[in-house]
Amino acid sequence: MSSRGADRAPLILPPSPTVDAVALEERAAALAKRSIKKATKIAGLRLAIRMMDLTTLEGKDTPGKVRALCSKAMRPLDSDPTIGPCAAICVYPNFVSVAKAALAGSQVLVASVATAFPSGQSPLSIKLDDVRRAVEFGADEIDMVIDRGAMLAGETAKVFDEIAATKEACGQAHLKVILETGELGSYDVIRRASDLAMLAGADFIKTSTGKIQPAATPPVTLLMLEAIRDYYYATGRKIGMKPAGGVRTAKQALHYLVIVKETLGDDWLAPSLFRFGASALLNDVLMQLEKERTGAYQASDDFSKD
Amino acid sequence: MARSKVVKKVAKQAEAKLKQADAAFVRVKVAAEVEQSLSTSRTIERVTVNKAYKMYIGGAFVRSESGRSFRVKGPKSTDPEVVNMPRGSRKDIRDAVLVAKNAQASWAARTPFNRGQILYRLAEMMESRRSELAMSLGREGREGREGREGREGQGAADAAREVQVAIDRCVYYSGMCDKLSALLASHNPVSGPHFGFTLPESLGVVGIVSPTSPSLLGLVSAVVPVITGGNTVVAIVASGDPRTAAIWTECLATSDLPGGVVNVIYGQADELLPHMAKHREVSGLSLWGDLGALGVQAEIDGADSVKRVRRYGDADRSLIATEDGARGLGYVEPFLEFKTVWHPMGM
Repeated sequence: MSSRGADRAPLILPPSPTVDAVALEERAAALAKRSIKKATKIAGLRLAIRMMDLTTLEGKDTPGKVRALCSKAMRPLDSDPTIGPCAAICVYPNFVSVAKAALAGSQVLVASVATAFPSGQSPLSIKLDDVRRAVEFGADEIDMVIDRGAMLAGETAKVFDEIAATKEACGQAHLKVILETGELGSYDVIRRASDLAMLAGADFIKTSTGKIQPAATPPVTLLMLEAIRDYYYATGRKIGMKPAGGVRTAKQALHYLVIVKETLGDDWLAPSLFRFGASALLNDVLMQLEKERTGAYQASDDFSKD
Repeated sequence: MARSKVVKKVAKQAEAKLKQADAAFVRVKVAAEVEQSLSTSRTIERVTVNKAYKMYIGGAFVRSESGRSFRVKGPKSTDPEVVNMPRGSRKDIRDAVLVAKNAQASWAARTPFNRGQILYRLAEMMESRRSELAMSLGREGREGREGREGREGQGAADAAREVQVAIDRCVYYSGMCDKLSALLASHNPVSGPHFGFTLPESLGVVGIVSPTSPSLLGLVSAVVPVITGGNTVVAIVASGDPRTAAIWTECLATSDLPGGVVNVIYGQADELLPHMAKHREVSGLSLWGDLGALGVQAEIDGADSVKRVRRYGDADRSLIATEDGARGLGYVEPFLEFKTVWHPMGM
């Protein structure tokens, strides 16, 4: 059962609407057919870079790699200072202070995954401790994972309470809630988890850890954006969205921007409300921008990796 | 008693007659049915099975992303059919270069002996399609682009010979794969207690504009030496009638050659070559035939990314057709990189 004390009122959440899977996938596919060219393409790609959370979440991460990533986030393309900077760097808690120092004086934020990322299968006290320490190290944003096991077992109250407790532990830091949609099984559960996260105090909802396939897909993103829209109409609060994992090409990034624009409008076309969690995407976007500038297709070896 | 005997006899006779009548009826009925089924089968018309020719990119047969096509028509006397061929676009070049790039590292990482085995397998596949290739060459309209009258294709003997030389050329380069290193590497005398080795390595993705004639032998002679050294290829076939090239790609597809090592696009060199020449992922260009100013511009565009550009003129083209022409290290070496390593000698 849930961790709520006996003294608290039973949790009653408004029901979530059911999802028409066929219509959802069809609409997501239709929105991906827009042709975006020339000046619009350049504007979209430049915006996509400013929305990027450059991410490295590997066991082999080193301070050197994190510093290199920070340099890349501050100035993605050596030859053009008007491109970027990226929105944030996303690292494990151990590298928050390294990133913070490397990014000092820049606008780039530091996001840290916490709450026993990526599985979330640890006791709540450990997860909250994880969060508090990451915030202490200087994280501006916390990317938490929900307990998918609890979600699938129907213990929605437990999931809700853990998100609420994590939000409290974050203090001033922004909270992004990772649903790990690839493990939730159906669109209905994803919708339910999105609603739950927003009601529990999330500032952002995020698709995936990047460790599970499938990660972010256009239909899942559209579904979560629709949940954000409904929540906005109901409460007036604007929640951010972050597809993560699986967005690798500039073309895909533009399609996501189309989905955002068509679902939530211009307000959400800003780094404060929409992010891409990515590592390989940046170089592809840079290659496309250079292609537009020079007229020649670019070679991947000409762009720094990691 | 006598009366009953008579009755029995009559009944027996009647029964026998009835049996005969039955059998006759069945015979007539069966005959009618057979007759009908025979006449029906005579009226069934066979559906003509036409071949949809496609380009070969990343180990798959694809149409152009642009949806464009052009019409090819052979000489009337031998081949009345009109065929639509996909017409490659700038973005087909882009896609093909990407798959060629992704296929390159693992192709180069195979042992040279294994590359040789695969090229020999290609020869085997061509051998089993000898007659199809020769028939296609025989009916090719040499200038068969839409609006122009196609000339007669080659004679059957010439076509068969071209196919045979093309197969032999694959066998030749298949044997060269594992000898390249021994033939081209060197041990350099250096001043000091070091070994100095120079080793050939693959260049990367090489773009090719294949000669328009001889169409099959030209394509084979342009592509095969380049992949011998571990490169991957994007070849533009700019002849008016690329049907034989299309059949050759079917040999490639069944030859154990990994997808993406050879990619073949049909189209116009003046439209496609500039994009390939500017593409920074392309490390070399092998340009056949009289491209004129287009070839010069390709050298200029290629210089930006320091491309290795080789242009082959009419002299080289006429060499292709001879049995021992267009064979040798000279066709492999331009698309190799040479790395020199110094290594301490020890005691």
